[in-house]
Amino acid sequence: MKDKLLNVSLSPHVYGRFSVHQMMVDVVIALLPALAMSVYIFGLHALRVTLIAIVSAVLFEYIIQKFMLKVKPSISDGSAIVTGLLLAYNLPSNLPWWIIVVGSLVSIGLGKMSFGGLGNNPFNPALVGRVFLVISFPVEMTTWPKPLLTDRWQLADASTHATPLAIVKEGLFAGEAYPDLIAQIPSYLDLFLGRMGGCIGEISALALLLGCLYLLYRKVITWHAPVSMLGSMFIFSGLLWLTNPAKFADPLFHVLAGGAFLGAIYMTTDLVTSPMTHQGMLIFGTGIGIITILIRVFGAYPEGVSFAILIMNAFVPLINRMCKPKRFGE
Amino acid sequence: MTLLYTILSLSISGIVAAVILYLIAQQFKIDEDPRIDEVENELPLANCGACGYPGCRNFAEAIVKANSLEEFYCPVGGNECMAAVSRVMKLEHAKKDPMIAVVRCNGTLSNCKKTSHYDGAKTCTIETLTYSGDSDCSFGCIGLGECVDSCPFDAMYMDPKTGLPVIIEEKCTSCGNCVKACPRNIIEIRKKGPKSRRVWVSCVNKEKGGVARKSCLVACIGCGKCVNVCPFDAITLENNLAYIDFEKCKLCRKCVPVCPTKAIHECHFPPRKKPENKIDHNAKVTT
Amino acid sequence: MRDSTINSKTFTIGGVHPDDHKLSADQPIKDMPLPETVYLHTGQHIGAPAKPVVEKGQTVKVGDLIAQSSGFISASIHSSVSGRVEKIDQVADVTGHKRQTIIIRVEGDEWNSQIDRSDKLKGSIDLKAKEIIERINNAGITGLGGAAFPSYVKLMVPDGKKAEFLTINAAECEPYLTADHRLMLEKGKELIIGIEILLKALNIDHALVGIENNKVDAIETLQSFIGKNKRIQIIPLKTLYPQGGERQLVKALVDREIPPPPKGLPIDVGCVVFNIGTVYAVYEAVQKNKPLVERIITVTGKTIKNPSNFKVRIGTPISKLIEAAGGMPKNTGKVISGGPMMGKALNSIDIPVTKGMSGLLLLPDSESTRKPVLNCIRCGKCVTKCPLGLEPYLIMALTEHGYFERAHAEKILNCCECGCCTYICPANRPLLDYIRLGKTTVNKILREKEKK
Repeated sequence: MKDKLLNVSLSPHVYGRFSVHQMMVDVVIALLPALAMSVYIFGLHALRVTLIAIVSAVLFEYIIQKFMLKVKPSISDGSAIVTGLLLAYNLPSNLPWWIIVVGSLVSIGLGKMSFGGLGNNPFNPALVGRVFLVISFPVEMTTWPKPLLTDRWQLADASTHATPLAIVKEGLFAGEAYPDLIAQIPSYLDLFLGRMGGCIGEISALALLLGCLYLLYRKVITWHAPVSMLGSMFIFSGLLWLTNPAKFADPLFHVLAGGAFLGAIYMTTDLVTSPMTHQGMLIFGTGIGIITILIRVFGAYPEGVSFAILIMNAFVPLINRMCKPKRFGE
Repeated sequence: MTLLYTILSLSISGIVAAVILYLIAQQFKIDEDPRIDEVENELPLANCGACGYPGCRNFAEAIVKANSLEEFYCPVGGNECMAAVSRVMKLEHAKKDPMIAVVRCNGTLSNCKKTSHYDGAKTCTIETLTYSGDSDCSFGCIGLGECVDSCPFDAMYMDPKTGLPVIIEEKCTSCGNCVKACPRNIIEIRKKGPKSRRVWVSCVNKEKGGVARKSCLVACIGCGKCVNVCPFDAITLENNLAYIDFEKCKLCRKCVPVCPTKAIHECHFPPRKKPENKIDHNAKVTT
Repeated sequence: MRDSTINSKTFTIGGVHPDDHKLSADQPIKDMPLPETVYLHTGQHIGAPAKPVVEKGQTVKVGDLIAQSSGFISASIHSSVSGRVEKIDQVADVTGHKRQTIIIRVEGDEWNSQIDRSDKLKGSIDLKAKEIIERINNAGITGLGGAAFPSYVKLMVPDGKKAEFLTINAAECEPYLTADHRLMLEKGKELIIGIEILLKALNIDHALVGIENNKVDAIETLQSFIGKNKRIQIIPLKTLYPQGGERQLVKALVDREIPPPPKGLPIDVGCVVFNIGTVYAVYEAVQKNKPLVERIITVTGKTIKNPSNFKVRIGTPISKLIEAAGGMPKNTGKVISGGPMMGKALNSIDIPVTKGMSGLLLLPDSESTRKPVLNCIRCGKCVTKCPLGLEPYLIMALTEHGYFERAHAEKILNCCECGCCTYICPANRPLLDYIRLGKTTVNKILREKEKK
């Protein structure tokens, strides 16, 4: 017995079930229904984009850590897979492969590794990649394939199609009244189920909600940021809509169309780039909701979720400093 | 016409801003003694804090403010640096012998066996906080290298073979940051000595002889032989631990061969003749 | 009380729920056989170490005073065996540091004649409040929950403060430990009398006993002995760590928040907190005149052969306890004194049992090492789980980089070292290690400032 050394460390001596790896796996699992929905809507192209994004993200992380930073690669924690997956979800399914690879490089290299790897990045890496692509390749990034309701399994080029948000934005800009535009966009049920044009992951609110329930059950995320973001979007766009129903889109449309659900469930809850306290998360989500509507209604882009999240990411250190938890006994 | 208007209005607002800036700068101008800059230029500018001030600038300010060099000494720059400062200040400066940091522990992995495995956060202070340490010696070096991290001059490294820190003599400036960093006060700033020759007790174990010896093969067991043999009363024995006062030590080296556990170290001396050794050894046995 | 699992109280901020692993809950308390030698540290409690009053070679009986308390916060030590004082030497304690220790070689088992050793229940409390406190002080009783704070000090309510509630901590929120649970099942009547003694000493009428609802049998047992006594109330608590922390316990039982340390004490909100194990020691001291010479210890672990609850003489080497529980399994990687959340890992099994040791936990190799530390992913789990509303991730970062002033401003000294943050951290960061370092450093800085 004497020759074996006992381990000594400070308490505690038992640890909980959470690990970074497990949490990343949970996020990937939660994202799968949305991928399935996307393949159903857009065909195998969606799968192609997703695979290219994931593989290139993992590869870039490995290369940068191994050869540039000269540290032990940490791809096994799975965060690169999540980044790749989320990036793919923010891309149209007919994007050329090389643009996806550039997006992955920007996400991993600029968004994550340049700050010191997982945990040190102030901005959501997947969104950094997406915004870079939106600004660099505006045409490719805003050309969405038509939802394939027939010929689902072909890989040939499909015809292009605008997203509901773009239709409404352009219509309102051209001076058409909102009630007239409703006829041109899919019904709210279609929006909820995902039968619309758009990026791979953002189309089906239903599939994203399924994933959300799983993450809530696994206690990886909390409800605060998503609910406050969707809530503030709903309230703020609702107020605008009430002032002039002809000029502004109704709140339900804003919440269901575009990337609101994807952003709310998977981007505002990104562990690294969201505030620490529940109170902070509420402020964070509210800010994102308001900025999203501001961009959608008054800005140049039809979609504003990714910009809004990045802007609020920059405020996270301030929010953390401001929102201290309630100290016991004070 | 619009062009002219634009140029004019921009130029005027620029001038107004410049005037405001100038006024503000005048308002908040601080009159500084130019000697502060001069003194600072003579300092090593390592901002190590060895002088007792947060940085070289603060040290220079303190010197100028006190207008005296009596209490001030930059151990990093040494006498040369202080001479330069004294030329600037036109004051006499204190002269000190060059010093160096000395690690007073020889509890290498083979001398001092590990008795448990420390698994907590890898810093010396936290291990000290946790328990008596992963060997039986609760005084000796822990070996997690907080001193190395604290050295602003890259003058230390951990020897993976011994598990002890090593001080690179050419680089050590005796700033004393490692002394502060070590939670067990193992490192001491001692006189560098002529030709870097010095003698020291390489142990800080205050346990009784038998206990100390059991935990480490080269521990000072407090036998007092070195005290008896020292012709200059430079060695004191307190709490079962011998200590050589470097101010009194004349580097005769008589204590080194006497030590039964080889806890007294010497460095940079020429190799000694063998017979001397023997006589010394016998002499100790009789005392 | 029947639906105790539904109507359970708890504290409001943070907390975690580690797996129970109460392996020894069904094991009755067994007497440990006498060891050959006992090692009694003179400093087993918080405060000044006791001064030895015996000499080498002297014979002592069980219960004889061998070291006198020195100072207000201190506790006397009594011999836990009969025999001859072998020597007074330096022996390692739970931290591995050597402390003054009285070593007694056991010869027979002769007790001090003033101690009533019969099992007979003694219900009537004859002593006056002052005499009770005196008796508790003389018996060397300290808190048996872990911190070992001298008990009589808590009964001396300082001027200007008023005690309203006696809150008894029977939560036993640490996983694995079952000593208090067994004590409640087997010595319920004695415990009720013990609580009455403390009520009398404090001159108050309300005692609240908080028991976690994973010990329904203990709740029912104690309730049946209380009957219609309105002075004592059993309150089921939710199974949530750290329910037994004094701040959390007082919050759950009387819904008051003790102000933050170092100045805030339970008495500031009118509460006096005692551990249930201490209550039993109080009963024995007051009714049976028996000083604190033995205590109940859970020896447990997934790999150990017979997880058990032992009544042990203080000073017994813990290697004897492990032997009695079936020996040390080959794959043991860590031995912990106390529970897994707040216990101290030992570097040797040769150290003796002290008054504050509530359990002995053996962890196998697979559970005894920490996982590699990753970057903080800022998930905020440590913030939401901290029962004191602190931000462990921030305090750790501040301490790591030496910003102790800011750490102090972030209330580092409020930390109760419960370990919820390190427990929950998905990146395996040693949060509490650094917070402890920060606490000691900040305390040091404050002391130096005070001197100036």
